[in-house]
Amino acid sequence: MKVTLKVWRQKNAKTPGEFKTYPANHVSPDMSFLEMLDVVNQELILKGEEPIAFDHDCREGICGMCSLMINGIAHGKKAVTTCQLHMRSFNDGDTITIEPWRAKPFPILKDLVVDRTSFDRIIQAGGFISASTGSAPDGNSIPVAKPDADKAMDAAACIGCAACVAACPNGSAMLFTAAKVTHLGFLPQGQTERHQRAVNMIAVHDAEGFGNCTNIGECSAVCPKEISLDTISRLNRDIVVAALKGIEPTVETAAAQAS
Amino acid sequence: MTGVLTLYRTSVGKKVIMALTGFILVGFVVFHMYGNTKMYQGPEAFNAYAVGLRELGYPVFGYEHLLWVARLVLIGAVILHIWSATALTMQSHKSTGANAVSGTRRYGEHKRQTSYAAYTMRFGGIVLLLFIIYHILHLTFGMVGYGPNEFQHPNYLGAHPEYFVYNNVVVGFQKPLISGFYMLAMVFLGMHLYHGVWSMFQTLGLNSVKYTGVLRGLAILVAVAVVIGNLSFPIAVMAGIVGPAV
Repeated sequence: MKVTLKVWRQKNAKTPGEFKTYPANHVSPDMSFLEMLDVVNQELILKGEEPIAFDHDCREGICGMCSLMINGIAHGKKAVTTCQLHMRSFNDGDTITIEPWRAKPFPILKDLVVDRTSFDRIIQAGGFISASTGSAPDGNSIPVAKPDADKAMDAAACIGCAACVAACPNGSAMLFTAAKVTHLGFLPQGQTERHQRAVNMIAVHDAEGFGNCTNIGECSAVCPKEISLDTISRLNRDIVVAALKGIEPTVETAAAQAS
Repeated sequence: MTGVLTLYRTSVGKKVIMALTGFILVGFVVFHMYGNTKMYQGPEAFNAYAVGLRELGYPVFGYEHLLWVARLVLIGAVILHIWSATALTMQSHKSTGANAVSGTRRYGEHKRQTSYAAYTMRFGGIVLLLFIIYHILHLTFGMVGYGPNEFQHPNYLGAHPEYFVYNNVVVGFQKPLISGFYMLAMVFLGMHLYHGVWSMFQTLGLNSVKYTGVLRGLAILVAVAVVIGNLSFPIAVMAGIVGPAV
């Protein structure tokens, strides 16, 4: 099959970018979307042109590295990562628009590659539990109810790919933050720091310049791990309880340091 | 400042303010619609209802005392609702107005995958604010939408104040353009309520996979009840079901 690609090309964060059109004439319907880009890049290299830069790693849908807005949909299709998207999802002769994730906290490094370090800073603010070191505790010394374990696992499935932010009309990272808060908040080990965690992670989320949730649900619709909007409700509940308890953020945000 | 007073600082806290003020406003529109159905009982009942609202809480509270409490709470709720919406919209625009280097729109394409109503909250909210201003100037003050001497102002001269709300509603809604504007605004109100009522629970953290169906149902129920009720008034007037007092 043959398709035409309309790809966002941008040299670096400071140079204006633009859409450029490339033909992809040797596409098998069985190729993954990334393999198709590999083939196009080979042709570009042979012609002596700069290949299209894009993020990828495991190519089996678990690492969260691949991104791409494809025809206006994050990862191109509901509930998959770009590496799991196959060319059979498109028709022969289609023009496919490919763009990077765009939100202020994700500066473009090159072409389709964005810097998602802001997610790491949200994790650093509270995406952990504090535990004493020493020998490994006995298995099952802290019982976890099966329904709680399931819910924690559903939230823990988040791979941090940032499709939620890319899909969000508000550029909000609420689903990502909520998944992390919910994942730890359902486990007994996560209870001690539960409300402090939510307050700290939201403080960093806001300081990084992410937008704010208006409960639209685009994030959950494109999430490759199908993280539910329930997690955001749980995050909100933790924030409300934290406010009633008078818990203040204990993290230093970049904005606070600057002022 | 500590505790709940710090809520306004975070994005989630601003949303909580939006949800709580929204709850007050939803309560108001439901009762406003329900109260107005008294116009179907005729001029005496409807005009007496207007007086009754002002004598609420009598004899402990005086004339219009409780009504003014309600008015101040509602005005406060509207102001906070708009303030939080503005602050949050500006925050979101900063995030989505990314890549100013290129000066392009956020996405060459964006495919909507969820409900249309959620996308109308901001635009629809502005339409509703303009509607509310018009509505108060129209039916409360009689400053717009009436010909000379068509609007009957309240008469405070007698022993008991008299209100002529029935006449004002009938005369006001007999003009098709004005009725049309009211009905259009109700479509926006319906969408605002449909997304807002469910969102309220989501924002306050009271939603979960177990209840989300029930809460969506509640949102539809509130939106449909308010919109159908409110649409019926101008329609009834124009169809002559609610006619001039004889």
